[in-house]
Amino acid sequence: MTNTHSKKFPPLSVNNLSMRYHHKPVLTDVSFEIPEGKTIAIVGPNGAGKSTLLKGIMGLEPIMDGEARFFGEPLTHKRLAIAYVPQREEIDWDFPINVFDVVLMGRHGQLKLWQRPSAIDREIAQHALEDLGMWDYKDRQISELSGGQQQRVFLARALAQKASLYLMDEPFAGVDVSTEKTIIELFKTLKAQGKTIICVHHDLNTVGEYFDWIIFINARLIAAGPVHTVLTKENLNKTYGGRLSLLNDLTETMYRTQLNKAHDQE
Amino acid sequence: MEGFSLFPPPSFWENWLHFWRFEDMNVLWVLMGSVLLGMSASVIGGFAFLRKRALIGDALAHAALPGVMMAFLLFQTRDPLIIFIGALCSSFLGFFLIDWLPKNTKIKADAALAITLSFFFAIGLMLLSFIQGMDVNNKSGLDKILFGQAAAMTEGDIKLLGYVTIFILITVVLFFQKFRLIAFNQAYARTLGIAVNRYELLLALLIVMSVVVGLQLVGVVLMAAILLTPIAAARYWSNQLAHILIIASLLGALSALISTQISYLAPAMPTGPWMVVSLSVLFILSLLFAPQKGLIKQHLNYKRLRQKVAEENILRTLYKLHERHQFSRHHFTQADIQSFRSMPSSCLQSTLKKLNRQGLVQSSSQGTTLTQAGLKKATQLTRRHRLWENYLNEQAQLSPEQVHQHAERIEHILTDAQEVQLQQELRNSQQDPHGNQIPGATLSKEGGGKN
Amino acid sequence: MINDIWILATASLVAAACALVGVFLILRRQALMGDAISHSVLLGIVLAYLITDSRALPIMLGGAVIIGLLTAWLSDTLNRVGKLQNDASIGIVFTLFFAIGVILVSLYAGQIDLDQECVLYGEIAFIPFDTLHIGGGKNLDDGFEIGPRAFWAIAVVFIIVLISIIVAFNRLQTVAFHPKLALSLGINIVFWHYFLMTLVSMTTVASFDAVGAILVVALLVIPASSAYLIAKSLKAMLWSAVAYSQASVAIGYTLAYQLDSSISASIAVSAGILLCLTVALLEIKKQRQRATATAQ
Repeated sequence: MTNTHSKKFPPLSVNNLSMRYHHKPVLTDVSFEIPEGKTIAIVGPNGAGKSTLLKGIMGLEPIMDGEARFFGEPLTHKRLAIAYVPQREEIDWDFPINVFDVVLMGRHGQLKLWQRPSAIDREIAQHALEDLGMWDYKDRQISELSGGQQQRVFLARALAQKASLYLMDEPFAGVDVSTEKTIIELFKTLKAQGKTIICVHHDLNTVGEYFDWIIFINARLIAAGPVHTVLTKENLNKTYGGRLSLLNDLTETMYRTQLNKAHDQE
Repeated sequence: MEGFSLFPPPSFWENWLHFWRFEDMNVLWVLMGSVLLGMSASVIGGFAFLRKRALIGDALAHAALPGVMMAFLLFQTRDPLIIFIGALCSSFLGFFLIDWLPKNTKIKADAALAITLSFFFAIGLMLLSFIQGMDVNNKSGLDKILFGQAAAMTEGDIKLLGYVTIFILITVVLFFQKFRLIAFNQAYARTLGIAVNRYELLLALLIVMSVVVGLQLVGVVLMAAILLTPIAAARYWSNQLAHILIIASLLGALSALISTQISYLAPAMPTGPWMVVSLSVLFILSLLFAPQKGLIKQHLNYKRLRQKVAEENILRTLYKLHERHQFSRHHFTQADIQSFRSMPSSCLQSTLKKLNRQGLVQSSSQGTTLTQAGLKKATQLTRRHRLWENYLNEQAQLSPEQVHQHAERIEHILTDAQEVQLQQELRNSQQDPHGNQIPGATLSKEGGGKN
Repeated sequence: MINDIWILATASLVAAACALVGVFLILRRQALMGDAISHSVLLGIVLAYLITDSRALPIMLGGAVIIGLLTAWLSDTLNRVGKLQNDASIGIVFTLFFAIGVILVSLYAGQIDLDQECVLYGEIAFIPFDTLHIGGGKNLDDGFEIGPRAFWAIAVVFIIVLISIIVAFNRLQTVAFHPKLALSLGINIVFWHYFLMTLVSMTTVASFDAVGAILVVALLVIPASSAYLIAKSLKAMLWSAVAYSQASVAIGYTLAYQLDSSISASIAVSAGILLCLTVALLEIKKQRQRATATAQ
């Protein structure tokens, strides 16, 4: 699982990333690089574009400008080295599928169309479930689980992917205390293996304790760096203060008139 | 209709004249009825559309079928009122089922709609095939409600159609404000103390009524389009709900007019499909040609913007060339311009021609130079570009390398007021992040006497 | 007697194929797309016939698939370019296609072996009289008779559907469960969307002779929805959808025989009744559980 070139390239670098929702700018010119083997929190107020940033990085929502590179390469070359954990609300819990099959999905990316998961794949999925203490629930349908258990299943799915970079959308939202502890333990194990974890995080009280690094976002990048240098009153004020109205308005006008497209064609 | 030909036979025109002379009073009545239906269905469909239930009409029309058949089976009559009430009942049942299923089971809203639609329709067809096997009188016209047949309507049908559609139109006009509020934001309407549930029910009743009353004319299968397509087309013409609804009702009326005519000229033709086709044509025309939101207008706007961007980019390039030579040299060749900004020669030449015509540049054998007006414009653009770079650098903490591309675009849309605001917000409006001078002379008066 | 067997065999294949495809429509919340495609397919059939003057299976399938994909693509485009709600753009496209189809049917009623009736009901009772022959050249009555055309059409499509689901089971499951997750695993979700639409188009066109353009919607969504209510895994859902569909065929056929009503409509009604029963049983179970919970 060790990448020979990973010494040179950061697991994720984002350059001038801009995204929008209809015509409203959600993120403007976001650039940062993250170090390997750390836990990183993306922090910002509601509607700051945290989840959108994650989705843009993962190629799940269209990017207007800029790019994200993984270990120095574009997403398509590194897809399976990155595991994504969606927000719990986005999942159809009524879907007829049991816990084990969800976790096994983490292995599908490696399989060809006609291939079935092998014994090894099943073993990996089993280990992932055991690591999160969910093996006993493997035959349950996913709607029969509690919120914390549901979160664990999706973490196990990501784990089964054997990725080197983990992107998680609010893994701590609405989970019980024991799940929270399990997740923290999981972070430690993954870090010990040199893996990198990026989470959208809401709770300012725990951010310093759970994470090594923070990326402050509010429609643009406010600050990014190790906790002890960026977790400052000034950055918090900037993050949770207002937005730059001129920047917001003009970027919206730009998208509305398709100026960005017109300009690039010239 | 064997051997359909492009040129209609002479009898076609005779029939057409006959139609418009209203020699047959029945024609006039049917025509008025269908126009009224087109109007009321479009208007009521508008509210369904706004409530994000665009296809509710489809389901309700299908759901009416078993009611029609049941009413006929039970009473053995084709009295319009009895059929109407039967259809109303089963349609309402369908309406509640569509609501009930997603709320009480795992079944999702879209599946609930499709289930109700197809289940009720199947019951209706089953009953219809059963009736056709029976030995009863006047069952022959029953299957006409599947695709609609204007010519087969009786006087009773038309009278009922008239009463119901007029009732619908009057109710909508009376409760327009309330309906609009609920369609816009239900929760907000509730906080204002409006009995939302009661109005929702009224709206549902109106939708069901207009669907049911239209069955004779349009048919079960295609009723959906009469509720949906006019409002979708009208939306491209205006942003005001009242206007949209009026336009939708006009479109509905127009299509009713066309299709009723066709149904008379070619009696084998079902009316419903023609109404849908004429509505769809109106929709496509609206999508393309609407004055503000039409695709053609949008494309023209976009092309104009591209032209403007190209022109302004050249003006700014010329300004930078001037700056490079400390404003001592005045004429620059196309190669000079292209060395600063890569663009194809053909595009550069045509844009320069346009700028010449506007009097912003002057081209001669020596090269191109900015005129007085051109210099003013170019200075303004450069100032805006550099101010914006400063803004991004100071307020958004973007590095000097990052700011240029953003400013390249924003310079074209900054307004005068925004420019003044920028100058006031910035501590440094002398130099941009790359160390270039911000040209400020022409606007510094408005900028609050800086400089 | 032999005719009854052909009818039943055709009906049960139609119902099974629809149920299998319908499962994915329900899970992907595209029941309305199924409704739309089953209507549009009429235009595909009529156009294919008018252009080629042939009713060969590959031509019918081709016409239907083209129109089906066009429906899906146009709805999507209208949604993006015209900024219309998703269901509204679907509604506009399929009503137009269906209307044109009906108009063509009534214009060329003499030339096409189709009328408005069979668009609605299909004509499953007449299926045994339109048979396929092997060998014998131009004269239809020569050669060896191998059974009804409609039966072989749906048999071919059923096998295609079955093989697709078996081979691509994992992909279909992942894409249906969480499209974004599938995307993050590098699965091309656009391809699989149109793949599913192709299956829907083929199934509806092969079912057309038997059940018509509209009743097929019932067979697509109703057994699959019943299965959705009780199944705990995708495999279980596929099996129970097929089971529901076969039960509907059995009940519907009996019902039609007793009442002398349309076979296809009766099958669809039976499917609906089975769904109602399932919902009712689940409701009773829920009430019981609630009652015991409060008793404790």
